Order: sequence, then structure tokens, then C-alpha cells
Amino acid sequence: MSVSQDPQQDQQMLVDINNVHYSVGSRTILDGVDIKIPRGKITTIMGPSGCGKTTLLRLIGGQLTPNQGSIHFDGVNMHTLANDDLYLMRKRMGMLFQSGALFTHMSVYDNVAFPVREHTNLPEHIIRALVLMKLEAVGLRGARHLMPSELSGGMSRRVALARAIALDPMMIMYDEPFTGQDPITVGVIMQLIRLLNDSLGMTSVIVSHDVQEVCAISDQLFMISDGHVVDSGGPSQLQKSGSDWVQQFMSAMPDGPVPFHYPVIPFIDDMLLEDE
Amino acid sequence: MFNQFQILGRRSMSVFQRLGQAMLFQLQILAGLPGLLRHPRLLIQELYSVGVQSLAIIVISGLTVGMVLGLQMYNTLVDFGTEESLGPVVALSLVRELGPVLTALLFSGRAGSALTAEIGLMKATDQLSVMEMMAVDPVKRVVVPRFVAGVISMPLLAAIFSAVGILGSYMVGVGLLGVDDGAFWSQMQHKVSFDKDIWNGIIKSFVFGIIATWIAVFEGYTAIPTTAGVSNATTRTVVHTAFAVLAMDFVLTAIMFGES
Repeated sequence: MSVSQDPQQDQQMLVDINNVHYSVGSRTILDGVDIKIPRGKITTIMGPSGCGKTTLLRLIGGQLTPNQGSIHFDGVNMHTLANDDLYLMRKRMGMLFQSGALFTHMSVYDNVAFPVREHTNLPEHIIRALVLMKLEAVGLRGARHLMPSELSGGMSRRVALARAIALDPMMIMYDEPFTGQDPITVGVIMQLIRLLNDSLGMTSVIVSHDVQEVCAISDQLFMISDGHVVDSGGPSQLQKSGSDWVQQFMSAMPDGPVPFHYPVIPFIDDMLLEDE
Repeated sequence: MFNQFQILGRRSMSVFQRLGQAMLFQLQILAGLPGLLRHPRLLIQELYSVGVQSLAIIVISGLTVGMVLGLQMYNTLVDFGTEESLGPVVALSLVRELGPVLTALLFSGRAGSALTAEIGLMKATDQLSVMEMMAVDPVKRVVVPRFVAGVISMPLLAAIFSAVGILGSYMVGVGLLGVDDGAFWSQMQHKVSFDKDIWNGIIKSFVFGIIATWIAVFEGYTAIPTTAGVSNATTRTVVHTAFAVLAMDFVLTAIMFGES
């Protein structure tokens, strides 16, 4: 395992993303991203759809490898690890996928018990106690016998959250946790993220484009566009950002540095063309 | 003309690249085999899903194939006055060829396509990714038990297919067309050799089991994680298995029976 050079920085920062470049074929997704994620805080990475937010989470988790640059988690460079060491590191992080990604052939109870059964030799009565504690934390202890197909979208995410915290990870990554949820569920998830982060002493990383929600719970935000970090800071700092792009994004303006129209020839020229 | 060569070259490269990927995937599966000893329940679940749930189609198909074979063979043999040979003719056809080949094709249509669709959908709904993030290797946890279950199930299903087929031809030949009961069984016992016929049939069905299940799990695992991607992968599983099984059947038959 290779360890980064500055031990003091390692202590303060749980994740250090350093000059990361990532491309798929000829398409550049991340082009020199630098982000430092402090321990115990809620950090949000924001940006429009397709800007590489989820890719960034997968890079942190070691599911993807950057073309250039490095990502250190707890002082360890994730992309120099052998497969077994990488899996050991992943036991220390949890991830909540956008879809919940529950195992459809298992009940809610078995979904939450899955990582515990896989990684420990605990007797079944202890596993039961652990699972019920996690489900109680997300308010779904009463739904433990249901199958994933019987859950609403919000309930699925809460079960997935219970499963993600089953092994008490150091860090949890949330991929678009609020997308497509009703206001009550959004409120519940916001409260859970803050509560779990503070009570379990975890570090939380959220990727989202829901401005109101993340500003309400985040300690710091990073804005990504065109593969770069365009601005960063606390929620109030970003609200006052001098960047036109950030202002357009934060205020949800339809036109601005990000144009409303897809690149095309002038409308009048298009109308005068006879054939497609 | 130059473009045609380019297209041909690109497609050939893509085929070889895919074959290479499949070989590497198979190595990953083999490396994961010892881990299955710690999860015997997973194998039992998959044996039920892949093997037991394929029984109905195997039994019904075996019975009808045996009945048709009995009827057709009788009509030919009776012209030469050798209808007493119906038993060995049907048994040899089933044990050597039709049992392993048809079972592999039916297995691919029933269990192989289901394996591809299941693994492909697990990929499309991030269930494989979430396993990776939980430090659980999806190849060991999802693919290996299904692969082993398929390889174990195929020879057993092929044996059942052949046995039920022989029963079907007995019902038609002896029950309906009047072939002598004793001659049917005694000639079969005399002509069908365990070492040459039954054992080679078992080897064939084992090889077809590896091919059919390997293609199914590989296509599922590498499916493009969209609705169309999973659908295409499922189709490829059935088509590629049919080609591979029929081609391998010729090779194995030439090796096993070529000199007799």
C-alpha cells in the first residue's frame, strides 16, 4: 500500500482527489479534478447531469481507475492496491446507489444482513440484533419481511441506507439520494444523512444536483462542470459566487453560460432548407 | 473494396477480443471455485433453479422425441424385417447424440437464457456494483455457483432425457406397434456398451454443460446494462450456444466414434 507524503493532511482529510483525469474513449469526463474531503463532514459534489459526478464516486470506490492523477482514501492510494487490499478498503466505505440496488430476490431483512453475513462469522441472533438496529435507524424495522418489489422508491433507498451502514463504515457515498422522491421522503433522507453522519461520526459524500436540499445539510460543496471544479466552499459562499455558471446553476436559470439550445445553425437558415 | 477489408478486419478483431475476454472470465470463475465450498447453500439454490426447474421441459421433450423416434424407426426397420432392433437403434441415437445435443439446446433455451437475463438485470440495476462496493466479489458470489450448477445439471438432465426417450419409444414400439417386449430390452442390453456409448454420452453432455453455462454467464456479466443490451445478450446466449454445441458435437463424435 502506498501512503501519501503529508501525514498531517492525511489526518484531516479522509479523501484526497489529486489532479484526476478520466476519459471514456475520446470523451473526456474529468479533466484535472482536485477535491479534498475532510473527515466527519458532509461534502457535496454538484454539477449538471452527465458531468461525471457518479464517475467520481466510482473512482473513489476503486471501481474505475483514473487515466491520470491519484485518489487517496485514509492515506492509501486506492488505485495502486491489489484486488484483496482494495476489497479490504471497501469494507470501510458504504455507497448508496441512485436506484437503491437492493437484491431483488432477498427480503429487506436479508438485504441488510447480507454484508454482515458475508464479512463476519457472527451468530444469527447477533446479526438479527444488528439488522433491527439499522432498520430502526431508518424507520423501517416494521418492513423487514417485505420484498424489494413491495417497497416505494423512498423506502428502497432507506433500506439501502441501512444496508450501507450495516458494517459501520468510515465514509458513506450517496449517489443522487433525492432524485425522484416526494417532499416527505426528501425530508426524511436529508434528516437521516445528517443524523447518521453526526451520530456515527462518519464522513458523507453526496453527489447531487438538488440545490436546496444539499445546501441545507452540506458543510462544503464542490461545483463541477466540463470536467473541472469551477467553484467550492460552504453553501452561503456559493450562493454569493462571482461565477456566472455557478449562479445559473444555483438559481436554476434556463439560459446562461450553459445555453438553452443544443449547438445548431440559426433557426431562419434551418427553416429555409428544403430537405432534412 | 478497401473498406470491406477494414470492416472484415475490425469484426474479426472484435470476435477474437471477445473470445479472449471469455477465456479470462473463465479463469476468474476457476479461481473462484474454492470459495464455493464455504457457501454450499448457494450451490444448492442454483441446482434447484438451473436443474430441477428445467426438469419439466426435459421430461416432456424427451418423451415426445422418444415416441417420434420409435415410430419413425419402426416404419423403416419393419420394411427389412428387423423391427426387433428398435430398442438398440433408439437407445444408441439417444445416448450418443440426441440426448446430449437436444438437452443442451433445451437447457440453453430454458436455463441459459434465464441465467443471462438474471445476471444482466443484476448488472443493469447496479446489484453487481453494490456487491463490489460491499467488498463482495460478484464473480465468486453470483457467477461461480450458477456455473457449477449448470455443469452438474447438464449430464443429469441429458441422462433423464435419454431414459425418458427410451421409455417413449418403448410405449410406441412395444405398446402400440407390437414389437416384442423381450427383444426390445435384450437387444438394447446387448448392443449398447457402457464404455463406448453411455460413457461418451456423459462426456459429451458434460462438455456441452460447460459450453452452455459458460456462454450464459459470460453474456449476462458482460451485457450492456440497458433493456436492449440484456435482451440482445439473452438472444446471443441461445444462438451462440446452439452453434457451439453443434460444432463441438461434430468434433467429439469424430474423436469418439470416428474410427468405428
